[in-house]
Amino acid sequence: MATLSKSSSKPKSSANKIAWLFLALPIGCLAVFFFGPLLAAGWMSLLDYSQSLEKPTFLGLGNYTRLLQTPAFLQAVWQTGLFWLAIVPAMVVLPLALALFLNRAVFGVGAIRTVLYLPVVTSLVVVGLAWKWLYAKDGLINAGLATVGLPSVDWLTDPNIAWLAISLVVIWKGAAYYMMMILAHLQSLNSELLQAAELDGASPWQRHWHVTIPHLAPMVAFVMVMSTIGTLKMFTEIYVLTGGGPLGSTQTWVYYLYEAAFGHLELGLACAAGILLMWVLVAISWGQLRLLGEADHA
Amino acid sequence: MPKAAKSIIFWCIAALLVIAAVGPFVWLLATALKPQGDNIFDTAALWPAHPTLENFAEVWQKVPLGQYLINSVAVSILAIGLNLAISVLAGYPLARMRFTGKPIVFGIVLASMMIPFQVILIPLYQLMLKLGLTDYTGGQSLFSPFNIWVGLAIPVAVSGFGMLFIRQSLAGLPKALEEAALLDGCTPLQTLWYIILPLIQPALATLAIFTLMASWGEFLWPSITVSQPQHYTLPVGLVALQSAFSSNWRVVAAGTIISMVPMLVLFLLFQRFFIRGLNDGGVKG
Repeated sequence: MATLSKSSSKPKSSANKIAWLFLALPIGCLAVFFFGPLLAAGWMSLLDYSQSLEKPTFLGLGNYTRLLQTPAFLQAVWQTGLFWLAIVPAMVVLPLALALFLNRAVFGVGAIRTVLYLPVVTSLVVVGLAWKWLYAKDGLINAGLATVGLPSVDWLTDPNIAWLAISLVVIWKGAAYYMMMILAHLQSLNSELLQAAELDGASPWQRHWHVTIPHLAPMVAFVMVMSTIGTLKMFTEIYVLTGGGPLGSTQTWVYYLYEAAFGHLELGLACAAGILLMWVLVAISWGQLRLLGEADHA
Repeated sequence: MPKAAKSIIFWCIAALLVIAAVGPFVWLLATALKPQGDNIFDTAALWPAHPTLENFAEVWQKVPLGQYLINSVAVSILAIGLNLAISVLAGYPLARMRFTGKPIVFGIVLASMMIPFQVILIPLYQLMLKLGLTDYTGGQSLFSPFNIWVGLAIPVAVSGFGMLFIRQSLAGLPKALEEAALLDGCTPLQTLWYIILPLIQPALATLAIFTLMASWGEFLWPSITVSQPQHYTLPVGLVALQSAFSSNWRVVAAGTIISMVPMLVLFLLFQRFFIRGLNDGGVKG
């Protein structure tokens, strides 16, 4: 009996054929343009390209140990962590505040949301260039500081400030993206729930903290993961605004990878840096899936 | 607090937010409109007293912005077309069919979403070189510039995200219509084409916009694979423009403004698709 029920639950071979006919192109594309290169990256991370780019020699895990002893790489990882610290909390708090602020039925509020969304739609290079000029030595921001009697700031040339200036650009560009996500989630909040709380005598503030905020918790977790992944992959902002400087103070993980590969032609080292980054991101995504899975069952 | 006071506070904060969001773009436009004689750092005059279009004319003459624009548009169209095709082809069986290996296919799709593109950057570049989809191939390719457009579009187009997105929108669709179509003798492909695709048009539009934004803004990949200016996309062209004219911000600003126009128009026309994309792709489908 057991074998019978098992075989009847198996898809028919003709159904299999049809499904795989559909899947041939997409899975083929993923295999050729994603997983093939991924395997190649794993292999290349084991090779030494320092003698010859055409005929690399097998090195084993040498690139990984070298990487972990390279101050520039460690600094890039550390700096990526600092970016994370500066960006992710702001990417949670600011969009949340914006969403709560704009979650009201006032005439014109839709137009405001649309306008706030403009930085999201604009390409990263354009945003980077616009801010590069705002941050310039005699740019608009310093001019504004001067009119109120403050000294000008070396926004992009002071190693202690440049990474914060870049973080601000990232937040400025991304905040409305997460704001819209949270807004959509807010609007799915059952108004009966809020009314019930009101009838039970909950103050507006209490309703906020005990009904609205808990409702948003899964979304906030999601935003945190998304912005973490985004921060770990930061590249274009850095390229346009500072090129990794001053003194490597805005060098990120991906920027290091890019320079190792296309600046120094250290392909093995660059691939090793990429593979390490991949494991970090896979761990984060996997944690997120687990988290969401639990939220689903709750 | 009286209602009027509340409303005034709301609008004051809203105005500040709008200024923060739009200010940099307005400043960009003001810079682009400044005559060559004006000191662009003269911030006392935020808006030029005598706005001029000469910077726009200059950047258009000196830099092949039109060609960059064509490249960006062509790459985006290719990326959207290819992405929609493979997303639908994968999403349909994943949502509706039972077949051996389904969990594996799911695993593959999810893995491709988790793994960052930067990891495969170098091998993918080498692959594209071998396939003749970059412009480093030496002699002019027979298919130029189509091969380069395809090479630029592929990393954006081949995405597990789109496959999963279409699967999710199909999963929310009632099965009755397609079952009727299949009973009436439609092949699965006909069912997909005549019954399902019309039903998920909003999802397709959303995915198209999503892909457009990704492809339009992509910088890392084209900056690596493309070397000749006639193949630059707008982001690469803008960065090149900025390093060539770093002393003349008005001209760079004018080029930047021109590059923004197509996306801005599309956004104002199709706002709901731009914004809905995120919500559909949010926590749950």
